[in-house]
Amino acid sequence: MNFDRIKEKLSILADAAKYDVSCSSSGSKRTNKKKGLGDSSGMGICHTYTADGRCVSLLKILLTNHCIFDCAYCVTRKSNDIKRAAFKVQEVVDLTINFYRRNYIEGLFLSSGIFKNADYTMERLILVAKKLRLEENFNGYIHLKSIPGASDDLMYEAGLYADRLSVNIEIPTQNGLKLLAPEKNREDFLKPMKKVRNEIVKYKSEKKLIKSTPVYAPAGQSTQMIVGATNETDAQIMYTAAHLYKKYKMKRVYYSGYVPISYDSRLPAIGTEVPMLRENRLYQTDWLLRFYGFSIDELLNQKHPNLDSDIDPKLSWALRNLHLFPVDINKADKQQLARIPGVGLKSVYKILQARKYRKLGWHHLKKMGIALNRAQYFMVCDSRDFLKADMSAQQIKSNILTQGKSKYKPLFNSQLNLFE
Amino acid sequence: MKIVLFDHSFEGLLSAIFEVFHLRLKDVKLMRQNNHAASFFDEEIWVSTDQEKAARVAKGIIKYGGKSDLTWLYRCFLSELAEVPQLILAYICQLMVDKHSGKNDFSRDAVIQLQKINKMIGREKHRMDAFVRFEKTANGLYFARIAPDFNVLPLNAKHFKTRFADQEWCIYDIKRDYGLLYDLESLRHVHLPSVNTFLHSTPPDLLAEDEVAYKKLWKNYFEHTNIQERANKKLHTQHVPKRYWKYLSEKYILDY
Ligand code: SF4
Repeated sequence: MNFDRIKEKLSILADAAKYDVSCSSSGSKRTNKKKGLGDSSGMGICHTYTADGRCVSLLKILLTNHCIFDCAYCVTRKSNDIKRAAFKVQEVVDLTINFYRRNYIEGLFLSSGIFKNADYTMERLILVAKKLRLEENFNGYIHLKSIPGASDDLMYEAGLYADRLSVNIEIPTQNGLKLLAPEKNREDFLKPMKKVRNEIVKYKSEKKLIKSTPVYAPAGQSTQMIVGATNETDAQIMYTAAHLYKKYKMKRVYYSGYVPISYDSRLPAIGTEVPMLRENRLYQTDWLLRFYGFSIDELLNQKHPNLDSDIDPKLSWALRNLHLFPVDINKADKQQLARIPGVGLKSVYKILQARKYRKLGWHHLKKMGIALNRAQYFMVCDSRDFLKADMSAQQIKSNILTQGKSKYKPLFNSQLNLFE
Repeated sequence: MKIVLFDHSFEGLLSAIFEVFHLRLKDVKLMRQNNHAASFFDEEIWVSTDQEKAARVAKGIIKYGGKSDLTWLYRCFLSELAEVPQLILAYICQLMVDKHSGKNDFSRDAVIQLQKINKMIGREKHRMDAFVRFEKTANGLYFARIAPDFNVLPLNAKHFKTRFADQEWCIYDIKRDYGLLYDLESLRHVHLPSVNTFLHSTPPDLLAEDEVAYKKLWKNYFEHTNIQERANKKLHTQHVPKRYWKYLSEKYILDY
């Protein structure tokens, strides 16, 4: 192996791949077979974190950054004056195996610029995965990018070797896509996504009848949307996301704050701040949809098309729905508990467990580490101190904001001392 | 107060707890032998490890609390924290009264403390799953040095054994001077006098030919997968605390 040459390619092709924020390596059930290498049945591990605090779990690279398209938001676009490189299939295989054996990574995330055409590119990606599985007996995690426009046959084959497949929607609205990537159309993105969804459904039903059905993309599909490249609203992003979860059974939708990489006047100028807070609010909303039983129209609607930046979306919802509170910590069911601002799913679990033994008061909740600075306004517990009954949404909000930073507020300390 | 001393092992602790029950000792303090500074006023009882007694206590725990209680207590024990033996004793006493697990009673002090410790153990175990960096040595063995805050290596065994079933590897805890060695067949605990426990990585002359090249590639990858515009130092060190950096080849400067 010519290490200097590999190093140069790796620099270029890791650089080009880094804007895809997906780093997940969980959700697969692939176990180590015949004393081979690797296992991806666990929860996925972040082996390190980049200087920007993001999880590094996969070797995330492009096979090549040559591309025939010219999508304005992408560094790899044809018209961009950058160094180009391409890995040989075997080079990617060797890198993956050698990184994996040293416990640097959970596996490979391979994407690519589109060279020649969609199918030619997809074939190369599949070849890497196939070699890893069949020649190296590799059971680590493989995430392949589905190339927009790739044929159904290839998408079927890809799923036989990959744990996860993803097509990035990138631009949340049709109009945005027309503006920034006029050569592309929505159908090209959706076609491989549909095929993969159908195969997953088929696999699941066949598996019940025939045990030996070959595994198909066990970690499902994901996609990514760029946030802040066009002037879309949060509602437009999240309704698209909700649709993708429902219709295409996405495992994950990722939101990636646009990092300015171009002087193109259609896009935010270079030097514009990456909208990280907005990105964070979108993820919070995403979690509320997937794990907390919220429906999208509760969180975003015509009256409320954008998320608040100063408070989190659950708190924002609760303040708009004060008539549903306070919730009794000692009686409420799981769903109700999960809707209290400041009470996460772990806290819900702790409350449900602990209240089997005794009625819970403020001091119990505090010890469990519940964010009482937010939660206290929305709950009653085994204590007569519930002072918030007649506060308005505005008052509660300003109280919470002024108490700001400290996660556990001292307001109840005087009463707590009586108990302890 | 009576001080009950035991050797460093979990079985030692269980043996000591056996004696506490057997002799109906009241007002006792359990301590590891080496954590203990002799006191003039307290009476000392030294309990040696007795597998049979330990097994009986373990059986008792399982009977009322289930296997998961026993694992839970064992994990807490691995923290090596001085207060843990006492917390474990308190928990077992209550268990014998309640006759059912109280592990999830988050309103009890001992439980909250043990749960907290168990969480710390879990976190450290996961860190080791993540932060182990094997170096391929000249004889083909993949060797890694670790120095975890707690003695979690026994908990990592299964993970590494399933994952790296087709390569010989050894993970060595240089703080406690013992390691886990996998020889393609089975796992065993080893003490290797030849390992220089002062070093954080293996001297280059003992490494396989391409090892340094791979380390450099990894470091190179690590730097290029970063997005400058999103720099967030605080978050970074929160995830990868500085004390672990010396074992992570992407973080230290390669000087060869
Ligand atoms: S097709 Fe993909 S790689 Fe090519 S310019 Fe568009 S987004 Fe970038």
